[in-house]
Amino acid sequence: MKKLSKDTLMSFVNYGIVILFYIVFQILASTGNLSSTMKGQLIPIVSYVIMALSLNLVVGISGELSLGHAGFMSVGAFTGAVVSTALTDGIPNTVVRLLISIVIAAVMAGIAGILIGIPVLRLRGDYLAIVTLAFGEIIKNVLNCLYVGVDRRGIHFSMNSTGALDLQEGGKVVINGPMGASIMKISSFTCGIVLLLLVLFVIQNLIKSRHGRAIMAIRDNRIAAEACGLNVTKYKLIAFVISAAMAGAAGCLYALNFATVAPKKFDFNTSILVLVFVVLGGIGNMTGSIIAAALLTVLPELLRQFQDYRMLIYAIVLVLVMIATNNEKIRGLIKSIGKKNKQESSGKEAA
Amino acid sequence: MLDYLISGISLGSVYAIIALGYTMVYGIAKMLNFAHGDIIMIGGYAAFCTGYYLHWPVWLAVLFAVVVCTVLGVVIEKLAYKPLRNATSLAVLITAIGVSYFLQNVALLIWTSNPKAFPNMLSFIPYVNIGRIQITGTALGTVVTCIVVMVALTLFTDKTKMGKAMRTVSEDKGAASLMGINVNGTISLTFAIGSGLAAIAGVLLCSAYPTLMPTTGAMPGIKAFTAAVFGGIGSIPGAMIGGILLGVIEIFAKAYISTQLSDAIVFAVLIIVLIVKPTGLLGKKITEKV
Repeated sequence: MKKLSKDTLMSFVNYGIVILFYIVFQILASTGNLSSTMKGQLIPIVSYVIMALSLNLVVGISGELSLGHAGFMSVGAFTGAVVSTALTDGIPNTVVRLLISIVIAAVMAGIAGILIGIPVLRLRGDYLAIVTLAFGEIIKNVLNCLYVGVDRRGIHFSMNSTGALDLQEGGKVVINGPMGASIMKISSFTCGIVLLLLVLFVIQNLIKSRHGRAIMAIRDNRIAAEACGLNVTKYKLIAFVISAAMAGAAGCLYALNFATVAPKKFDFNTSILVLVFVVLGGIGNMTGSIIAAALLTVLPELLRQFQDYRMLIYAIVLVLVMIATNNEKIRGLIKSIGKKNKQESSGKEAA
Repeated sequence: MLDYLISGISLGSVYAIIALGYTMVYGIAKMLNFAHGDIIMIGGYAAFCTGYYLHWPVWLAVLFAVVVCTVLGVVIEKLAYKPLRNATSLAVLITAIGVSYFLQNVALLIWTSNPKAFPNMLSFIPYVNIGRIQITGTALGTVVTCIVVMVALTLFTDKTKMGKAMRTVSEDKGAASLMGINVNGTISLTFAIGSGLAAIAGVLLCSAYPTLMPTTGAMPGIKAFTAAVFGGIGSIPGAMIGGILLGVIEIFAKAYISTQLSDAIVFAVLIIVLIVKPTGLLGKKITEKV
């Protein structure tokens, strides 16, 4: 049998973690051992894991800092809300409707990714970060003024008020400016997990492909990669757009799990939250992103008994973990302790 | 029209003072200090508590706020940022975000989320009439403060020995320490000045927009950061120009286009500027060497 390389093994470990997570929670849910708050958290966890993976593609693999990822999530969320409402009569099957919504949401977010990526990816470093931040805020602001309604004639848009939509009788307002979208809950945990596995599959195969190697070469040394004849903008755009589309899909999955979603939900803080998942999990490390996103989405819920102090504890934990994992001295200390243990155990074996 | 211009310049002056803090810290420590906006908020609360509850005179309340923020800035730098001096910039960024959450939640525990009505601390400055235009004392005070701060800061970095040390450290840390400059001390000093400025900005901001909440500093913080980038991050006059332009654009967008879309317009202008001039208005162009 051919021996698997370390990378391939790691990608199977990732699929394994996701499937294990699914099985454990399905068993817990079916035996009634899952509290209702945890049940409500399952789809947000999956959405945030997808968000973290997609952002890790930009930050870790492509090496560009994006501070506006929640913008793509909101594009996906609101597209999903409109599509799923418009198709309510046409497609009664909720699973099919969810899938179509997710696909269209991903496409729309991908288009937003192209529009934003072309000007943004010319910039470098912190300037690129601030422009992605600006785009995230622009998307939020525009969605705040957007009114969308659905009736028999089709979908209507307006930037003023619900009255300007001019809906027929029986029409429905889907997106109501700052009030956000009113949605039918059709997301399911199983669909979320399937989407997550698909996202993982795409990312892990992209990294191993020719395109993925080109993207990482540009990250490691842009000038050398350019000298080798790689089209820098093209490869950066590929990573950025794929990431945006995935974020859109995650946004759709997330939104269709709630009765209402406001544009305010996807602001700068959400972008930062996802970035925290990526950095704490390890930049470029997909396994780390999955675990960090899942744990940190649940952590505020677990800390609920501390009530007012929970966000304070979260902040302190965040700072301490960053210092512990990044300070040279502490890192050296941990390493030397690890080495000592190894030496002792190997010494025992030898004896 | 001119009224809008004046209120725009006044708002822009506040952004400029905040942006100065961002730009100085970025120039020397090469980090985006996301907690800067929350230091503004703490400064606002410090002035509010001493001025409103304890009835201290305005100058003493402002001085107290400046001292509190300066100490806070230095302590944060020593505890949270110094251990990460050689870490990746992303790690420092996340730490700064953690500090920002921390400050917001401490404020939430001490002062609760109920907005406080901030008394106008600049109300002692009289109205000024130029022709038919009336300039409020608050606007006048803000602009004058901003100009004083700007001139003082430029003189400090250009003329004094410590200012020279600052510029050296921002240029090359290794060479600076070889020249006998106390690099850690200089970085602490930069944080102290930046945080002290944040306290002044907090008082000015709350005097013009008198609601004080634990999240008060967040949005002005982001906008001032945008202003710093707009003018070219790391440049002191750039931060000044960027801040004032941003304030004027914001007020004009609010008045003539749409209140709701004003933020979107501000950020759109920023994007256009950066696409035309990728390092900001006054930013230095750095060519990469292979």
